[in-house]
Amino acid sequence: MTNNKIQLINIHKNFNNKEVLKGLDLEIIPGESLVIIGGSGTGKSVLIKCILGIMTPDKGEILIDGKNILNLKDYKRSIINQKIGMLFQNAALFDSLMVWENVSFGLMQSNKMNRDEAKGTALKVLKKVGLNEKVSALYPSELSGGMQKRVGLARAIANSPEIIFFDEPTTGLDPIMADVINDLIIECVKDQGITALSITHDMNSARKISDRIAMLHEGRIVWSGRPNEIDNSKNQYVVQFINGNASGPIKMQI
Amino acid sequence: MMKFLYLIGKISISFFNSFGLLVKFSLICISHCFRPPIYVHSIFKQMVEIGFYSLPVVGLTAIFSGMVLALQSHTGFSRFNAESAVANVVVLSITRELGPVLAGLMVAGRVGASMAAEIGTMRVTEQIDALSTLSTNPYKYLIVPRIIAGVTVLPILVIIADIIGVFGGYIVGIFKLDFNPNVYLSNTIDFVEPLDVISGLVKASVFGLIISLMGCFHGFHSKGGAQGVGISTTNAVVSASILILTANYIITEIFFSI
Repeated sequence: MTNNKIQLINIHKNFNNKEVLKGLDLEIIPGESLVIIGGSGTGKSVLIKCILGIMTPDKGEILIDGKNILNLKDYKRSIINQKIGMLFQNAALFDSLMVWENVSFGLMQSNKMNRDEAKGTALKVLKKVGLNEKVSALYPSELSGGMQKRVGLARAIANSPEIIFFDEPTTGLDPIMADVINDLIIECVKDQGITALSITHDMNSARKISDRIAMLHEGRIVWSGRPNEIDNSKNQYVVQFINGNASGPIKMQI
Repeated sequence: MMKFLYLIGKISISFFNSFGLLVKFSLICISHCFRPPIYVHSIFKQMVEIGFYSLPVVGLTAIFSGMVLALQSHTGFSRFNAESAVANVVVLSITRELGPVLAGLMVAGRVGASMAAEIGTMRVTEQIDALSTLSTNPYKYLIVPRIIAGVTVLPILVIIADIIGVFGGYIVGIFKLDFNPNVYLSNTIDFVEPLDVISGLVKASVFGLIISLMGCFHGFHSKGGAQGVGISTTNAVVSASILILTANYIITEIFFSI
């Protein structure tokens, strides 16, 4: 039995003979906020999708609370997913549903909550992310990017998950709105003891919301440490990435 | 020569890969149709979308087809002094063929494209992934209601198309070709048999399955943003139309070959 909330052991994933994840190992302890940084195309999103069950790794094990969650039947997988919240890069809100219906979707579908009760809960969660009742009756297409992220965050936490994934939570937002989202993440995650795994390119966000930062390169974790250690890291990949240098061991495909 | 063989091999592999994917997708979807939970509210929503909103286009197609059929068959039969067969030809053609096929093609164009575009957009904007993370099976939530609605609503649309199409022939027969209304109606009613209508309704159900499956399949496997959704939409309409015409021949052969 392990004490890790999430553990990935020797994860491999190929796409058309291109190996994206090459024996990745990762451990996240309960209540920890881990941020994974890395260049585009290094397999960060694939990693999260493998844990979520949207993709299946070719090889390896994924353990949540010590139990292997790969190859589970649909209903067992959906029980695991009830413990998990996810904020997608572009929020991925359902266009055809109003804001409050988006937020309470999981409550109504998996928890079988009735509409009135679900709406009440949705309004409370929306208030938590700084959105009022007026917004709850709008459709996602009527919201700005920042508001969509907030609604996405509200949807991710509405079910009181034990684990939350954030896929590029601040991408496409202005610096002020990005900081607002960072604060909301800290408030929702750190203060409630939720285990969080985020992927981002935004170093300000990574430093602010993480307990630990890990760098993914060519399908493996090449560095891991506390946020205050990253600026003094001697790892060449980390140095190149945080300084944004074109020259270095990381070769970008142009 | 090697390049040519390579090309043939590549196309064959791609074809069988897509075919296998379609068969797997269809089996998963159909198996989910018989397993709870069933989203009844979504089924009714899709029934309205597929059936009610297709009524104008199907009705207009049927009435003009019936009218043209009466005119053309009168032109042909008058050469053999067989004008009285116009009513029979109209009712048989509409109930057996034109009603289901034209309704199927019209719905394929309107609804198949809309299904592929909607589900395709959900795919490329990660909304389908979001459904999975919210413990909701996307097959059950998105596809099963569309399939059940397609299979059940198309026959109703075809019954309406049959009535409107025959009525179109009646209007031309009475007001343009000077048939006696009573004789025209009795020729219509006496000549049509239950099997003519039933075969049309069976076709309609199969066409409903084809349209919803093709729309959902191409949408579900969309990739590459707006362009990918556009390609899926086109593929959904083209593949549904071709399969409708193919299935039409096969069902006709099964019902009327003896």
